[in-house]
Amino acid sequence: MGETFLSIDNVTKSFGQTTVVRNVDIAIDKGEFVSFLGPSGCGKTTTLRMVAGFEGPTTGRILIDGKDVTNLKPNQRNIGMVFQSYALFPNMTVAQNIAFGLKVAGASSVAIASRVKEMLGIIKLPEHGGRYPFQLSGGQQQRVALARALAVKPSVLLLDEPLSALDAKIRISLRAEIRAIQRELGITTIYVTHDQEEALSMSDRIVVMNEGRVEQIGTPLEIYNKPSSRFVASFVGTLTILPAKIVNASKGTLSLDGQSIHAGKKFTGAPGKAVSVALRPEAIAIGKGGTNANRLDAKVASVNFLGSIVRVKVRTGTQDISLDMFNQSTTAPPKVGEKVTVNFNPDDLVVLDGPAEG
Amino acid sequence: MKGKTWAWITFALGCTYFFVPLIATIEFSMRMKRGVYSFEAYRVVFGDERFQATFGYSILIAALTIIVGILIVVPTAYWIRLRLPKLRPVVEFITLLPLIIPAIVIVFGYLRMYNSSSWLPFTATRRGTDILLMFGYVTLALPYMYRAVDTGLRTIDVQTLTEAAQILGAKWPTIIAKVILPNVLIAVLSGAFLTFAIVIGEFTMASLLDRPAFGPYLQNIGANRAYEPAALAIIAFFITWGCMAVIQILSRYAPKSASRPN
Repeated sequence: MGETFLSIDNVTKSFGQTTVVRNVDIAIDKGEFVSFLGPSGCGKTTTLRMVAGFEGPTTGRILIDGKDVTNLKPNQRNIGMVFQSYALFPNMTVAQNIAFGLKVAGASSVAIASRVKEMLGIIKLPEHGGRYPFQLSGGQQQRVALARALAVKPSVLLLDEPLSALDAKIRISLRAEIRAIQRELGITTIYVTHDQEEALSMSDRIVVMNEGRVEQIGTPLEIYNKPSSRFVASFVGTLTILPAKIVNASKGTLSLDGQSIHAGKKFTGAPGKAVSVALRPEAIAIGKGGTNANRLDAKVASVNFLGSIVRVKVRTGTQDISLDMFNQSTTAPPKVGEKVTVNFNPDDLVVLDGPAEG
Repeated sequence: MKGKTWAWITFALGCTYFFVPLIATIEFSMRMKRGVYSFEAYRVVFGDERFQATFGYSILIAALTIIVGILIVVPTAYWIRLRLPKLRPVVEFITLLPLIIPAIVIVFGYLRMYNSSSWLPFTATRRGTDILLMFGYVTLALPYMYRAVDTGLRTIDVQTLTEAAQILGAKWPTIIAKVILPNVLIAVLSGAFLTFAIVIGEFTMASLLDRPAFGPYLQNIGANRAYEPAALAIIAFFITWGCMAVIQILSRYAPKSASRPN
């Protein structure tokens, strides 16, 4: 962990009687790329807008580089922002858009020209300076918006769902480009998204938010492999949540559909208590597995081909479990109705408090 | 096929209704010299000093009306869209009032409020009355100017563009002058030309405030001459049409966006 550069300090935001952000506490290091991930209405954009200065917190503080900016206007914070709808100025060319912030800051025309050229190079659009936004594709417009935000050398870069208006292919290439530029410039960045794949692939750390609260902060691996709550477990990645009963908490044994399984991580609860267990599809395999593996007898209910992956749904008594297999030409996927044994590592089993919903 | 025939008949009837009086007025305006068609009436009109003086006066007042109208309406419409969207119906209603309240009522109200013995005696001096007339025209043009600007603002994402400019360090004057106004300029110009067309022929206010405007001059000539009023009507008509044509031409140069590329 480096030193904290951007601190969102116990921030709450209410609109009238409705509280949309509750006691959010986040510390971001210099040069770190942090994603705010969560469903619509979880408060991620409002938190970002408070960092930008477009909304004021009801309580709490925001500090950048040790300076309290809570009461500063957006134009006094030296922050760059990229909007979902690009927000390029339609009356200005690409070069004029990139130069806007520098002109406002009173930079010399020589310095502006040089910086605009540099930024056009960084976003790989060196020949597009004279074009108007409407003459560019969505992806190009968003790259220009990024260049415009970065041209003023901001201390923090905010990206508010910048790729959600683009098609899938452009999105994937652009997210790699954004991350590469961010790494190159070493700028502290907050990225708001509801797309878990984007967050997992781009971020140093992810802040998972739900109903205005921070559910978990961690690296993509921690968020995916060690979800701290039922919400995080179900929101990030595909997950099968099954009802189970505690047999012996101290020994880590549970009963799933009458079959005995054991969990690698500790849990508590009286014997017979209803809990739920969560499993990722990629953690389950067909076959008997190693000596320590949990094994369940099941019947293949469906087989779905997803390209590089084949998703198989198996039924263990009353419960359906999804598992992923790599699509290999040497191994044929199982047939529907076939009896199989599935196995999974006890460490991959997450025991959640309370019975499974739905 | 039958529907198309009826469409053409309706179109022809409309054209007849519109063009016959126009052609008749043009024809009459050219009969000042006996037995031949000439532009004598136009020569007389353009040569009349009062025409030049009143027309010049009305152009000046129209220009001032447009400037003051833009300064009032653009920031207001922008602020309503950005910060007070709930007030939009109220403001729209207020801007429509000049269409409901006759000009004569407005001007009598002005005379009562701003006469030489009032707390703000606009009518005590000629310059003051000119200013009062100009503000009267700003009020008369409000429905057209506000609607034109509001429609222009609707075509752009006012909030996001404002925020994008703000985060880049811009303050309000820069945001309005460099980002908002250029993107609604065509709409503003449309409003400006409509204002010009209204002011140039307006009679009631100018007459009751006793100002030497083009409207009262038109009325005066109409009451005392035969051919010149027809020539003046055609001139006024072409000025108005000219304004409309300029609006049409300018709208082709409206700022384009990705969502509105043509």
